[in-house]
Amino acid sequence: MHELSIAMSIVDMGLEEAQRRGAQILTVHLKLGALSGVVKEALLSSYEMACENTALQGSRLVVEEVPVVVFCPQCQAQRSIRSVQWFSCPVCGTPTSEIVQGKELEVVALEIQE
Amino acid sequence: MSPEPRLVEVRRNVLKQNDVVARALRERFRAAGVFVVSLVSSPGSGKTAFLEKTLTLLRPSYRVAALVGDLATENDALRLARSQVPVKQITTGTLCHLEAAMVEKALEDWDLNQLDFLFIENVGNLVCPSSYDLGEDLRLVLISVTEGEDKPLKYPTIFNSADVAIITKTDLAAAAEFNWDAAFANIQAVRPGMPVFRLSAKTGEGMEEYLQFVGGRMADLRSSAAV
Repeated sequence: MHELSIAMSIVDMGLEEAQRRGAQILTVHLKLGALSGVVKEALLSSYEMACENTALQGSRLVVEEVPVVVFCPQCQAQRSIRSVQWFSCPVCGTPTSEIVQGKELEVVALEIQE
Repeated sequence: MSPEPRLVEVRRNVLKQNDVVARALRERFRAAGVFVVSLVSSPGSGKTAFLEKTLTLLRPSYRVAALVGDLATENDALRLARSQVPVKQITTGTLCHLEAAMVEKALEDWDLNQLDFLFIENVGNLVCPSSYDLGEDLRLVLISVTEGEDKPLKYPTIFNSADVAIITKTDLAAAAEFNWDAAFANIQAVRPGMPVFRLSAKTGEGMEEYLQFVGGRMADLRSSAAV
């Protein structure tokens, strides 16, 4: 359960942005890859805790889950895999470890009130 | 009247702080010519016994040292001290994983130039360590035959963050009715092409093959650094 420390990092970033922009943060938008090692539900409840008694109290965390995309060397194309338990091309079946997307843990946007 | 709320774009990696420290560590390791191997596994998979055996076998030929992460005790460091190499404990308290800054701090008073190999044993946990780069060259994920063949399917993320899989306690495989084919298939399903070693720290079976592999990777790194 490392979601609380991740949530605290997100809140720290939010506080920094709020101060820099002289604005209030209403919503934090986060991209969360299926291979980030972070569980969405645990992160959401941790976020609420991490916001308590800070300028971000009452703000929302909106999580966009990012599926895993691999590069298939056979098809020479990017493919979404059906499950993180099966790293192979869903079209031709070729196994591949070449991950193009799915490790994201990134704040991508903020809704602010100036 | 205050303006309407608006959406602003930012792009900030949440783990950037860790990644920056890990990158700096990796550069230091590279400059000192030390090859760094980290170990992740669930509790009780035999990480410490495996590490003790590794350190003991490498010590005659290489300068080796280890950092061990543990939640509360120093038992692992005491055990590893028997291998007569420098060992330092990182007690994480309630934290379930090591972070790059902890490694950096633990290395403060060590001269990396005096080392060929540094091993870092993470806290026993197959979930949280996957997100944190420690600056290592090679990450090993261990599973023991007593844990069952489906560990890779249950924890695909950690297998994906690792470079090599080690199946430990092979001396117990028959008693545990371990299904080797299923284990290999599951590892390859979540991480195609992943090298797999099977070994027993107790009997020493399979240790040599794995040590040759690690030694080879270290030699590769040093020759690429020399170019």
